[in-house]
Amino acid sequence: MRFVTAFMSAIVWGSGQVLNRQWLKGLVFFGVQVALVCIELFTGTLRVLTVPEGAMDIGGNAFFHFRNAGFFTRSIWGIITLGEIPRESSAVLIFDHSTMLLISGLIAIAVLLLFLLVYVFNIRDAFITRKKIEEGERIDSINSIRAGLERNFEYISITPGMLLLLFVSLLPILFSFLVVFTNYNTNTIPPRNLVDWVGFQTFRDIIGLPIWSHTFVYLFIWTTIWAFTATFTAYSFGMLQAVIISSPLVRYKKFFRSIYMLPWAIPGFVSVLTWRNALHPQGPINRFITDLGYEALPFLTDVNYARAVLVIVNVWLGFPYFMALISGVMGTINTDMYEAAQIDGANAPQIFRKITFPYILSATAPQLIFSVTFNFNNFGLVFFLTGGGPGDPSLQFAGRTDLLITWIYKLTIDQRMYNYAAAMSVFIFIVLATVSAINLRRTRVFKEE
Amino acid sequence: METNKKKLTPKQWFFGIIIHLWLGLMILAVIIPVMWVVGSSFGTSAAITDVKIFPSEPTLKNYIELLTETDFPLWFRNTFIIAALTMVCTSVLNMFTAFIFARFPFKGRKPLLMFIMVFTMFPSFLGLTAIYVIALNFGLLDSIYTLVIIYTAGSIPGNIFLARGYLLNIPRTLDEAAYIDGASKLQVFRHIVMPLSLPMMAFLALTAFMGPWFDYIMPRLLLSSNQNLTIAIELFNWTDPQSPLFNIPRFAAGSVLIAVPITTLAIFFQRFIVTGLTAGANKGE
Repeated sequence: MRFVTAFMSAIVWGSGQVLNRQWLKGLVFFGVQVALVCIELFTGTLRVLTVPEGAMDIGGNAFFHFRNAGFFTRSIWGIITLGEIPRESSAVLIFDHSTMLLISGLIAIAVLLLFLLVYVFNIRDAFITRKKIEEGERIDSINSIRAGLERNFEYISITPGMLLLLFVSLLPILFSFLVVFTNYNTNTIPPRNLVDWVGFQTFRDIIGLPIWSHTFVYLFIWTTIWAFTATFTAYSFGMLQAVIISSPLVRYKKFFRSIYMLPWAIPGFVSVLTWRNALHPQGPINRFITDLGYEALPFLTDVNYARAVLVIVNVWLGFPYFMALISGVMGTINTDMYEAAQIDGANAPQIFRKITFPYILSATAPQLIFSVTFNFNNFGLVFFLTGGGPGDPSLQFAGRTDLLITWIYKLTIDQRMYNYAAAMSVFIFIVLATVSAINLRRTRVFKEE
Repeated sequence: METNKKKLTPKQWFFGIIIHLWLGLMILAVIIPVMWVVGSSFGTSAAITDVKIFPSEPTLKNYIELLTETDFPLWFRNTFIIAALTMVCTSVLNMFTAFIFARFPFKGRKPLLMFIMVFTMFPSFLGLTAIYVIALNFGLLDSIYTLVIIYTAGSIPGNIFLARGYLLNIPRTLDEAAYIDGASKLQVFRHIVMPLSLPMMAFLALTAFMGPWFDYIMPRLLLSSNQNLTIAIELFNWTDPQSPLFNIPRFAAGSVLIAVPITTLAIFFQRFIVTGLTAGANKGE
């Protein structure tokens, strides 16, 4: 009998539950199936029959084409073919928009998977409930729903967050992964052109065309150097400030800490734009230098100056965070260790080197690694301060201080080289995801599992 | 402190002076750029060469123009609505989800958590085209509420991790006592966990509130009509030398008007910020 109920539910959702005399539950599952069927029917031919735009032949009869089918069928067809009719002129009324089709396809697959989840749960429930009935348990509908809600409380509770992640974060990532395998770029902009699946052609282009591979290698090396330099300098400076303020010679520690938190508290967007104006060729810093009788410095136009400026502004922006963090960590150091070291005759630098420093380093290691990955993608600073400049003709659509991430932005927004940009994004994603996965695995939070 | 002071040796005096000189220098380094923005907001001329910390003829002209000649009040209202809604959604949703992940060992928790963490590594604008088309498909373009959804979703990965780290440090004995008294899981969250994690919620709320004021990319992508714009877009235009709207004093005035409340908020709630920053820290145990 339990197989009968499972089988019934597999065909008409909820019918197995009805056989189990769980009317309400059955109704809910049936409702989900009705919703699924309705979405498919009313988004497709049925609707097209009432809205005759282009869906009819000259005789006025509706004809079948995937384009007129329901949402799910149409979207699956779309993601496989990426469309068949380009809109070569505005006279073309029926046309396919490849990227829309690609994303609709993804959305349809995601929604179908959600339905599949309910479907499987529906069959499983029909089976298990029947089994319990056969084993002599008394089941009544309302109470079992209540028990089920309580039992699946965790899954129900995380659903809103996970759905948001699915549609706002996961789908765009999957979209980028898929775009890599297409020829979607400035030469094929839908709906005028159709985008096609091209397999690994994008990767072959990046490796095969010297200007692309040169730009990529150049920017990758600079981005890596930048990520480590920026983190190292901001961290060291933050530590220096934290250690100095902790000195017994300094009074009003709270006052100093509050003042130094200013760069953190002021929105980064404003401070970076302010720095850019301050470093303008006729800006206040250069005016100050010329007033002293020296030549104005090419802060944002010479590559070495531009890089130095990036590092310095990053220290200005970033040290308060590390200072606050390290000050907090230093407060948790056991003072017994210091006393013991003093009794053994250690001087202040030795104590710092052997006790304080290793302790701070081990306690802040996760944040340190996180900061490296953050700086690897520090879009705001580079984009708003140097804009990637100064330019370099040997680099494809990039300047010499561009990070991979700002290059991707330029490729996407200015150059519309979507498939190349997507390939770079996937590359960054793989590198950083690996680093952070390793980082997370070794933190305490995960070890406690 | 008094006893310490008497014992200072000449060497300590010397170090003390050096240290305080250094600290003073650092204060200048931190304060001068801030003063420059404030000063230039009172300047008369828009030319970059005339922008000074102490303008020769200070004027309120820029502020008055900002409030009367531009749609600044409207953009301010939009941004405020976005920030406030994002703040509420982000802090409640993340705290609740983190509570589930911290307290209940359900099946698939660890892989799911790992999966979410990996999302932090994918900057949202890499999926710009996709976000645009998804918004288009669901009819969500040019609406400030779309930004609330996107900011909330974007906050999930990082914040769940933080909030969960915080909750793991709160003992479960209170929860367990409540369960014995017959409380449901929701009640435990409402009446026990949430009050205990107020500092963390304050941190989540604060960071969520601060973010939207200065995000440039998402509003630029999703909002088009002037009545829906946010402040960051125009601020950027005023400071872009290539833009016809280039106007440093106006940018400075706008920045001051938003940065002052936000900076005050951040300094005022510094306590929560340190809590938030160190919640994920390995305590070296």
